Amino acid sequence: MIASSKRSPLTYLVHATVLFLVVIWTIPTAGLFVSSIRDKDQLSVSGWWTALSTSEQRIVDRANGPKTQTQEGDQFVIRGNLLTNSSAVITQFGFSSLDPEAFAAGTLAEMRNGQTLQVMANGDYALASPAQWKGSRGQRIFYTAEVPPRFTLDNYREVLSAEGLGQSFLNSLTVTIPATIIPILVAAFAAYALAWMRFPGRALLVAAVVGLLVVPLQMSLIPLLKSYNLIGEFFGVGSKTYVGIWLAHTGFGLPLAIYLLRNYIAGLPSEIIESARVDGASDFDIFRKIILPLSFPALASFAIFQFLWVWNDLLIAMVFLGNNEEHLVLTGQLRELLGSRGGNWEILTASAFITIIVPLCVFFSLQRYLVRGLLAGSVK
Amino acid sequence: MADVKLTHVKKIYSNKVEVLKDINLDIKKGEFIVFVGPSGCGKSTLLRMISGLEEISAGTLEIDGQVVNDIPPALRGIAMVFQSYALYPHMSVYDNMAFSLQIAKVGKESIDQQVRKAADMLQLTPYLDRLPKALSGGQRQRVAIGRAIVRRPKVFLFDEPLSNLDAALRVATRMEIANLKDSMPDSTMIYVTHDQVEAMTLADRIVLLSAGNIEQVGSPLDLYEHPANVFVAKFIGSPAMNVVPCRIEKTGEQTQVSLSSTVMVETPIITGSSEQAKAAFFGIRPEDLLVVATEAEGFLSGQVTFVESLGEATLLYVTVPGCEEMVIAKQAGTLKTQRGDTVHLSALPEKMHLFDDKEVSYRR
Amino acid sequence: MAQLASALVTMLLGVLGCAVYFYGSNILLDKVFPTKSGPAQKVARNLRISNTIRPWLFLGPAVLLLTFYLFYPVIDSIRLSFFDRSGDEFVGISNYVWLFGSDEFFESFRNNMLWLIVVPTAATFFGLVIATMTDRIWWGNIAKSLIFMPMAISFIGASVIWKFIYDFRSGGDAQIGLLNAVVVFFGGEPQNWITIPFWNNFFLMIILIWIQTGFAMVILSAALRGIPDETIEAAVLDGANGVQIFFKIMVPQIWGTIAVVWTTITILVLKVFDIVLAMTNGQWDTQVLANQMFDWMFRGGGDFGRGAVVAIVIMVLVIPIMIWNIKRANAEMEGR
Ligand SMILES: Nc1ncnc2c1ncn2[C@@H]1O[C@H](COP(=O)(O)OP(=O)(O)O)[C@@H](O)[C@H]1O
Ligand SMILES: [Mg+2]
Repeated sequence: MIASSKRSPLTYLVHATVLFLVVIWTIPTAGLFVSSIRDKDQLSVSGWWTALSTSEQRIVDRANGPKTQTQEGDQFVIRGNLLTNSSAVITQFGFSSLDPEAFAAGTLAEMRNGQTLQVMANGDYALASPAQWKGSRGQRIFYTAEVPPRFTLDNYREVLSAEGLGQSFLNSLTVTIPATIIPILVAAFAAYALAWMRFPGRALLVAAVVGLLVVPLQMSLIPLLKSYNLIGEFFGVGSKTYVGIWLAHTGFGLPLAIYLLRNYIAGLPSEIIESARVDGASDFDIFRKIILPLSFPALASFAIFQFLWVWNDLLIAMVFLGNNEEHLVLTGQLRELLGSRGGNWEILTASAFITIIVPLCVFFSLQRYLVRGLLAGSVK
Repeated sequence: MADVKLTHVKKIYSNKVEVLKDINLDIKKGEFIVFVGPSGCGKSTLLRMISGLEEISAGTLEIDGQVVNDIPPALRGIAMVFQSYALYPHMSVYDNMAFSLQIAKVGKESIDQQVRKAADMLQLTPYLDRLPKALSGGQRQRVAIGRAIVRRPKVFLFDEPLSNLDAALRVATRMEIANLKDSMPDSTMIYVTHDQVEAMTLADRIVLLSAGNIEQVGSPLDLYEHPANVFVAKFIGSPAMNVVPCRIEKTGEQTQVSLSSTVMVETPIITGSSEQAKAAFFGIRPEDLLVVATEAEGFLSGQVTFVESLGEATLLYVTVPGCEEMVIAKQAGTLKTQRGDTVHLSALPEKMHLFDDKEVSYRR
Repeated sequence: MAQLASALVTMLLGVLGCAVYFYGSNILLDKVFPTKSGPAQKVARNLRISNTIRPWLFLGPAVLLLTFYLFYPVIDSIRLSFFDRSGDEFVGISNYVWLFGSDEFFESFRNNMLWLIVVPTAATFFGLVIATMTDRIWWGNIAKSLIFMPMAISFIGASVIWKFIYDFRSGGDAQIGLLNAVVVFFGGEPQNWITIPFWNNFFLMIILIWIQTGFAMVILSAALRGIPDETIEAAVLDGANGVQIFFKIMVPQIWGTIAVVWTTITILVLKVFDIVLAMTNGQWDTQVLANQMFDWMFRGGGDFGRGAVVAIVIMVLVIPIMIWNIKRANAEMEGR
């Protein structure tokens, strides 16, 4: 902006500060993403920022049961591996919770009654006993392992199938797409009428739209819920339907939609519209053939807004779709998980990332339109 | 192809301001009429009322003998060219020109034929597939005109169509519009401008408006030679006519006025005896003033305060003793006259103008 | 798959129904009152009629929806606030009496006020600072894009993200929450942040600030770029330094925009609900009005009267902004 300030030391300070802020702003999301693809055992014992370094884990496992014992000479032996499908390295092991790190890997540990346990660094173990092993459960083995970083999509696999996020994803789409398109159509027609048609009460309507812009939608919930119950009873359907939530989102999104689109449409050159009128076009022709194509940027920006808003909404979905499995949207599902699986970070992080991935993609690919829409609404 | 007749037409906007006051005008078929006047005087409003884009508050508008006050624009048989061209930015040149016909549900072939004919006439054929943003200003202007031609209107309406063009292009396009008129002798054209040169060069008749009133209607030369009042006199011609307060000393076939205690002039303008000793305004165009060698040959003398050399002409700003405003004299070529010199000015008596105390011209 | 198919069908039906209405009604109007041909006087009459009807065809659905979803509920909430829990019996102002006598209300009210002061101010301030700085560096657009990103994340998603940051492990276990890890790294004592009364409010507010700063930044950055360079150049010639230019030349010129950003965020804050619901559900002294209202609506079968009273308090808080907004829009319309 100011040429002389380009090279001053201040500039370096600016670079450093912005870098610092950007890091602060991105780290939370980055942490979520990294965590969601970490192994769930590692996730719960070490911070995600250590994801790339080897971590030390203390693990309790059980050896195979006595059923698998074989006789080798005069010894009854149970063999197996503690680290199947993992590339960890065992450093220490023990057989009692009192001293889980009693022995270095590879040494032979003496247990009761002449029994011995040997655990190798690669996880191979051998339990030997002069007498036959009894019981049905295997011996407990404590070990400390150096686990190399491990990334996996298991968390995603689990939440998508077992936790029902796949279904919720579809529900979210079913809610979001019509709840984005319908308000655009309704608002575009209304915005054109408010911008270019002459009729009594126009100024009043514009003022009403601006006023409704700030009405907290919580205000509406109780009366609407009552109305929905009545209407649902009347038609003999439940009060929680997709049509119900589409219309609710449409209603709540309309003030902003009309306001944004009216600002944009009113700003189109009047001569173009008059020219079309001289050419014989009716208002409906003008709307379809001139206004719609010319308002594309504004329509796109509102579409993005509404999409993000509906996709991210929790309140309206909870009230108008309810909490039952088959209707639960992603945000609702995430909230359920937060309640029921509050400590299972592998599930929470993966679920959260699934809920935010679509809006993030939309955001980064269409950011230009979003910014333009924001500006149309606020800067004059 | 059509007469346009305005009778007692008024325009009052919702804020109660009377923008046009009692306009009466008779435009004949095939005429090229120019509305000219300072900006804000109501030219566009008048044109838009004729087009049907603006409601007529009072009075009647007839096109071809039919009252059209309530008829929508599309059915009035008019076409309009806007100042900003108002091309549809998302449509190709072809579609821009075809739009009105498509709306009117004209057959495809017929549309194609008419669009191509108009494009040919305006040398737009190579650009038919382009979007307006890929055209130069002059080309856009021609598309706007083409869009009007395609509709084969009875009346063409132009609202300052050249004001967005640069000076050179403006002259070229002005000539194109003149040619267009020649090639369509039957079409009536109504053209709005604030530029008196455009008005003078294009018009069959000029309608000069000021503050919602028609000041004068007439041919360009008529307005130049016989301005009806001081406003018209000053508006037409550049630099503006010198108008100096004076007093009528002698009435009759030849009127004698005094500009100051020392300057007396006689012109062949008829005044009645009741005008005797009244205050009046004496007018003379800068280009009608001649620098002469001696005081005896001229009727005005004064000191040169500024000299503006334009090359093809020189403007002398002369301070005349006893006159408040400087008198401007326009002389062909360059002069040796310098600031501070005293000059003597003469003029042909028949080039002089005389206006009464209400600034209305006396009959000649 | 069946779900996908039925979802697609419902979607199509919903969108089509809407399109059919607009096309159908307008084409019907053109059929009943043709305006494209016929005798001029008849057309003129038809045109007058269809010009009177058509605006309402365009506006009809919007007006109906706005009335049903926003206007009527506001009125009905006012009515319900004077009725009992099921909304059947008139109880006078007893709901109001209850509200102003309840500790929970004062707690939510105090917290809401804190939110209202802290969040818009902080977000606008950071937005302005970042906008100013990013406008001067070559990678400013990338920086902006990253700071703007949280805007796309749902409140509930953001809550999970931040809950993870505030995570607390007791005992000597390694902290997996970033904040506690940093505290431990600097030799501090790890804390269960979101349970520390009063201060935990600020930990929740950080989430909303994190989300909203990008919004403030984008808008203020555009406003800053709209400042005529000449005014800044003139100030440079007059010998002003960078800070003086910022506060005395640039900020005054964008006051209007700052006000818009500030109020927009304020409105959002009044409605904040998801974050509190997900992080604490109002426990540990973090209750806010919107969540309290939600509580009363649904907890234990729902008390509509008390829920409505809380809603009305939120509405009253918004009214000044609403009036200011309408005034601004009116002034703008006259400027056209
Ligand atoms: N919609 C309107 N409402 C009120 N006044 C208007 C409107 N449109 C134009 N005017 C006023 O009418 C006068 C004439 O305008 P216009 O016809 O555009 O002038 P011009 O001769 O420059 O084309 C101006 O003073 C203008 O302010
Ligand atoms: Mg004009």
